[in-house]
Amino acid sequence: MAIPKVCGIETEYGIMVRGADSNPVTASSLLINSYLAVNYRKVGWDFEDEHPGHDVRGFSVDDLLAPDIETNLVNSVLTNGARYYVDHAHPEISTPECLTALEVVRYDRAAEEIIRESMVAAKSHLPDGAEILCHKNNSDGKGNSYGCHENYLLARSVPFGRIVSQVTPHFVTRQIVIGAGKVGCELPGMSADDVPYQISQRADFFEEEVGLETTLKRPIVNTRDEPHCDASKYRRLHVIVGDANMSEVATYLKVGATAIVLAMIEDDALGDDWLLANPVAAIRQVSHDPTLQRTVLLRNGRRATAVEVQWGMLERARKYERSHGLGVVGESVGTDVLARWEAVLTGLESDRSTVADVVDWVAKQRLIEGYAERHSLKVTDARLKALDLQYHDLRPDKCLAQRVGLQTMISETDVASAKTEPPTTTRAYFRGRCLAKWPADIVAANWDSLVFDIGRDPLRRVPMMEPLRGTAEHVARLIDESNTPAELLARLGA
Amino acid sequence: MAERTQKQKPAPSRTEETVEEAPATAASGDKLKAELDDLLDEIDGVLETNAEDFVKSYVQKGGQ
Repeated sequence: MAIPKVCGIETEYGIMVRGADSNPVTASSLLINSYLAVNYRKVGWDFEDEHPGHDVRGFSVDDLLAPDIETNLVNSVLTNGARYYVDHAHPEISTPECLTALEVVRYDRAAEEIIRESMVAAKSHLPDGAEILCHKNNSDGKGNSYGCHENYLLARSVPFGRIVSQVTPHFVTRQIVIGAGKVGCELPGMSADDVPYQISQRADFFEEEVGLETTLKRPIVNTRDEPHCDASKYRRLHVIVGDANMSEVATYLKVGATAIVLAMIEDDALGDDWLLANPVAAIRQVSHDPTLQRTVLLRNGRRATAVEVQWGMLERARKYERSHGLGVVGESVGTDVLARWEAVLTGLESDRSTVADVVDWVAKQRLIEGYAERHSLKVTDARLKALDLQYHDLRPDKCLAQRVGLQTMISETDVASAKTEPPTTTRAYFRGRCLAKWPADIVAANWDSLVFDIGRDPLRRVPMMEPLRGTAEHVARLIDESNTPAELLARLGA
Repeated sequence: MAERTQKQKPAPSRTEETVEEAPATAASGDKLKAELDDLLDEIDGVLETNAEDFVKSYVQKGGQ
């Protein structure tokens, strides 16, 4: 039996400092601490009189930070239940646990706005003219990649071997719907002359079918087994193969379609028809072929295009909807995901321009090809790579994704509230509400626990091993009616 | 194969100003083409002034 697909996204943002020297770890710390200082009145971040550099050139942010500002890796939890931290030399935001793909889009958009506000907040701690730039992309075009990971709750009882073999065809081919597009190629020995434009930011970086690594020899299916909940009942599938999307609909389809595919695998309703003979070669081949015409070899000896494999997945999903319903991904969201998935596949096969307002790689391709044509540029011209980077630039005055007419799904009001308010339908609600109400009394917050200091020894740890407990329905009244954390804990029976 | 009937796309819920020149009945594709042309007209004002330097200086540490 499939279980509710609790899900979320973690995004590592590209970061660079302009007008000052800095290493990316320090810059990420400054970025996050600047945000926390404005929004969380966090004790200890004192930026007063921290402008020693009069000469912009040669000014070092690293000097600025010493000695008053904490340069240890920042790790904070926000009142919306998200985690905002420094990871592998990048600022990273993990959305709170969400119950539907639509909610993930809302919190992913809120994360973007939090990064934007952080960039503005950081400016006032930098010398005039210096700024921190963040990009929501996955590669610098020089062989360095950073991730946008998805997480899905699965029943522990599902054989992992089945998950690996059956989800792989989706991971290899879903990029035609959700790829973010990239100018050039980062495979060793290949360049924009060989591959002027490809579908995915990430495909060049996958070298294994399955494995534990995330930073080198990346696998299409990651085996990290760290469920952050009751490990005897659940598994968290940590998906590292996706691109970060600027299109809200693309994020929606990335999470929504994958959640449905995983539910089908749990219920053994997907089958082995689309297993691939050579997934690693296939993921690159699909990415390197924006014509969508080339076929990949299936394990059963047949050949199929990525579009055909996606149609096959969608057909199975339609059948699954009829036999099992889509309650585990949210009935109305699931139905909407299938309709939009179908519309994208139809558009990709017929008139590509009809999906340019939802598919990132198509929107970017039109922009790049239009610009190249207008100025008669060679495929290797740096201006095309600059356009690619700037598609993902989070500065509102520079962001090209905001200018290509992408559809939106979440209102500005809902994005704004998601910066501070947690989802109501998962344990993130308990985490977020407690942090907002009793910030001084919580000494540690993690995915699966909160630790309170209620003034008497010892510290009180509240485990949250069930992702669907601690929702508004369960605890809103308790939190509302408790004046102190001690009262809350007493009423929880902790 | 799944049914391939094209579903009516929901109207974009964007709050930005709509482009006056595009007729209200224009298909989504035409509207996007017009928007793309407008964007290409103004894009040099948005692009980084020294693209080559910008691209060269954009170096990231590898992540996950």
